[in-house]
Amino acid sequence: MESTEPEPSDSRPEEEEEEEEEEEEEEEEEDGALLPPEQPLAAVEDCLAKKMEITVSEAEKRTGRNAMNIQETYTAYLIETRAVESQIEGQCAPVESLWRRYSEFELLRNYLSVTYPHIVVPPLPEKRLSADNMDPDFVERRRIGLENFLLRVASHPVLCQDKIFYAFLMQEGGWKEMVNETGFQLKADSRLKALNATFRVKNPDKRFTELKHYSDELQSVISHLLRVRARVADRLYGVYKVHGNYGRVFSEWSAIEKEMGDGLQSAGHHMDVYAASIDDILEEEEHYADQLKEYLFYAEALRAVCRKHELMQYDLEMAAQDLTSKKQQCEELATGTVRTFSLKGMTSKLFGQETPEQREAKIKVLEEQIREGEEQLKSKNLEGRDFVKSAWADIERFKEQKNHDLKEALISYAVMQISMCKKGIQVWTNAKECFSKM
Amino acid sequence: MEAEGRLLGPPLPAGGEGPGIESHLSEGALGTARGPLLAAAEVLALDDEEDDLEVFSKDTSLAEVNSFSPSVPISPSSMINQYKFEDGPELRDLFITVDDPESHITAIETFITYRVVTKTTRGEFDSSEYEVRRRYQDFLWLKSRLEEAHPTLIIPPLPEKFIMKGMVERFSDEFIETRRKALHKFLNRIADHPTLTFNEDFKIFLTAQAWELSSHKKQGPGLLSRMGQTVRAVASSVRGAVKNRPEMFTEMHNYMETFSQKINLLDKIAHRIYKEERDYFNEMKEYGPIHTLWSASEEDIADSLKGIASCIDRCCRATEKRMAGLSEHLLPILHEYVLYSEILMGVLKRRDQIQGELDSKVDALANKKTEKDQFSEEIGRLEDKVEHANNALKADWDRWKQNMQWDMRSTFTNVAENNLRYYEESQTRLHFQILLQKMPS
Repeated sequence: MESTEPEPSDSRPEEEEEEEEEEEEEEEEEDGALLPPEQPLAAVEDCLAKKMEITVSEAEKRTGRNAMNIQETYTAYLIETRAVESQIEGQCAPVESLWRRYSEFELLRNYLSVTYPHIVVPPLPEKRLSADNMDPDFVERRRIGLENFLLRVASHPVLCQDKIFYAFLMQEGGWKEMVNETGFQLKADSRLKALNATFRVKNPDKRFTELKHYSDELQSVISHLLRVRARVADRLYGVYKVHGNYGRVFSEWSAIEKEMGDGLQSAGHHMDVYAASIDDILEEEEHYADQLKEYLFYAEALRAVCRKHELMQYDLEMAAQDLTSKKQQCEELATGTVRTFSLKGMTSKLFGQETPEQREAKIKVLEEQIREGEEQLKSKNLEGRDFVKSAWADIERFKEQKNHDLKEALISYAVMQISMCKKGIQVWTNAKECFSKM
Repeated sequence: MEAEGRLLGPPLPAGGEGPGIESHLSEGALGTARGPLLAAAEVLALDDEEDDLEVFSKDTSLAEVNSFSPSVPISPSSMINQYKFEDGPELRDLFITVDDPESHITAIETFITYRVVTKTTRGEFDSSEYEVRRRYQDFLWLKSRLEEAHPTLIIPPLPEKFIMKGMVERFSDEFIETRRKALHKFLNRIADHPTLTFNEDFKIFLTAQAWELSSHKKQGPGLLSRMGQTVRAVASSVRGAVKNRPEMFTEMHNYMETFSQKINLLDKIAHRIYKEERDYFNEMKEYGPIHTLWSASEEDIADSLKGIASCIDRCCRATEKRMAGLSEHLLPILHEYVLYSEILMGVLKRRDQIQGELDSKVDALANKKTEKDQFSEEIGRLEDKVEHANNALKADWDRWKQNMQWDMRSTFTNVAENNLRYYEESQTRLHFQILLQKMPS
């Protein structure tokens, strides 16, 4: 992948809604929707990606001591940035750079996921748990993946404005502390809570339920496709490489032939070329596979947004339920009727009624709680609706990006295959000519 | 005597000699697929363990026609297309086809016969058309008769009797078809041969009814005399028949050693390529449909996905054709020349033996001063024999080399053409697909 940013899709809902960058805009309260404050959207031209060149240009092995004071080897990646200013007389702004390791990227992503739960946060290249994180091919592909991640974030209308992200790119020292100081870990929802909500929520927005199914399907089909693609690539490798044996044997055979010798020898050479050509072909295909893999991981990001919605919705439902039961209690106390079974009701029957003063006090407390509850419910409702609106906006943005990217990837795959065919035709045309001269 | 029914377990190595009754092999037990992919270095090193016998094993993924009635061309003109005739098609006066394998079951054994149809304009044939049925044994008989009559001519190879190394079903359709094609080739090569084509046993083979052939067979020198020859041959070969060998035949011998080695390697390589292509085909079959499955969950990119799926399917079909091309042309030809290399080594040995007879008589003469006249008459006879043998071999060798060159050229050109066709077909579909993608939807 080159270091140009992935093209942001051309028509995005946010752009039509907001042209200004800075001010918070208060819309009319037709639907009570307020975009989250402090997060105005950047227009396309002002995304960080357009203002700054970002590359992850190198990878280096390092050794150091980790948190538990144990010696370890890890890879550090060099992030280089340069402001894109109008270039006068070929002058370039200076390149700034700093080193980051994978765990810092992870920290950044976690921070973004928690801070912007309504955004489909771009995924990181995979965390490989198997033997060789030092293998140069793996490191190279990870380097490209990390660069891609940064470019995706930098072209996102919301994420690109985040200060922590900016500091990640520009400020080597003290960045970790800065992130931790935001206290984002506290805001994170526990997995257990999220799982609970998923099972118990009664009325989630149908679109999110559908989106969740879609992301499951996407993940399943892409991982199946990648597996088979890898097997196909292995087989193709075998076919090509065995032809290399022809080269050697033809050459040896040509030594004992007079008339056939030249034809055999040169045909053998073409067989060698054929066998060698598969290496480049398969390397290109790996890039294609990585493009698909990104969307495999994006599926998880989609699911995260759906989970957040389910959580908020569940929270809302619980709050409403709680309010309803408090109101009922209040009514019962006020009118003295018991509509529902309650332990209190039973005990008061058994042990005698409370005094009117006690009852009054209780009612007062409940009324206060109800008032608070109603306030909370109102704001939760608003939050929920805001979330749905802004999440859905980002999801639409994501969908367009996905369709665009995948279509391009499929076209590039076809182009790759054509190029492979062309090479094959060339080699076999040459070989045929040699054979016909035997 | 052979029992009815089938043996279970691995085939017992049957004894080599005689009109063997072919033993039954366990049905349905096939060679197992090769293991995981080898690294580049391993792929390039072929060793003796790589005995791939795809040509003989049941392969249902091939789109070959089920061969109990193969579509073998009967008409002379299409036969001409099959291979070259040295003298040009207009001089051909004997056309032979082998087809229609049929199973025969008797109380004692089960065997296959093939129909042999001959059409000819030659005067020495009573009729212009003959149809007989022959079994493998009969072909073996013919070959050994020809070898006896012409010890230093290059008799074409017959397909092998047994396949020992794999658990192959002897009567599988593919095995029978491969054998049939090889038998067809065998007879036509004989018909092509300037000397062998006029051999009397050959004529009888083509024309005699079954009972006539059996009775004729019994008249020939029996097993014992053949064995006697073998003993003498072994004896004389030990005695330095090599020392007086003319330069030309030493060159032939050296050539054949290298040729034999290389052709065996090529045979292995070709089988390996076939196997790799088949494995590739099997994976590709699964690859296309995944894209179609994916397209079901998508809207905007559904068409692109379906398009890629169809390209992959097209590529799959093209691979099948490529594989069929290999198994129809390259593999049989390479195998035939593997057998030829053994035959040629044998012919060179026999020539050496004939010379050895002469040399030993000459040596004996040097020691015995008496009986000179008797000896010199015999030596004269032997000298004639040696000269005749050498000339026959020389001529046949030149002819064989020419044929070999022609066969190799045409076969490998065919391989190249198959590959070109494969890539061109795939490419066309891909181009079309890209055009579709780029069209505004």
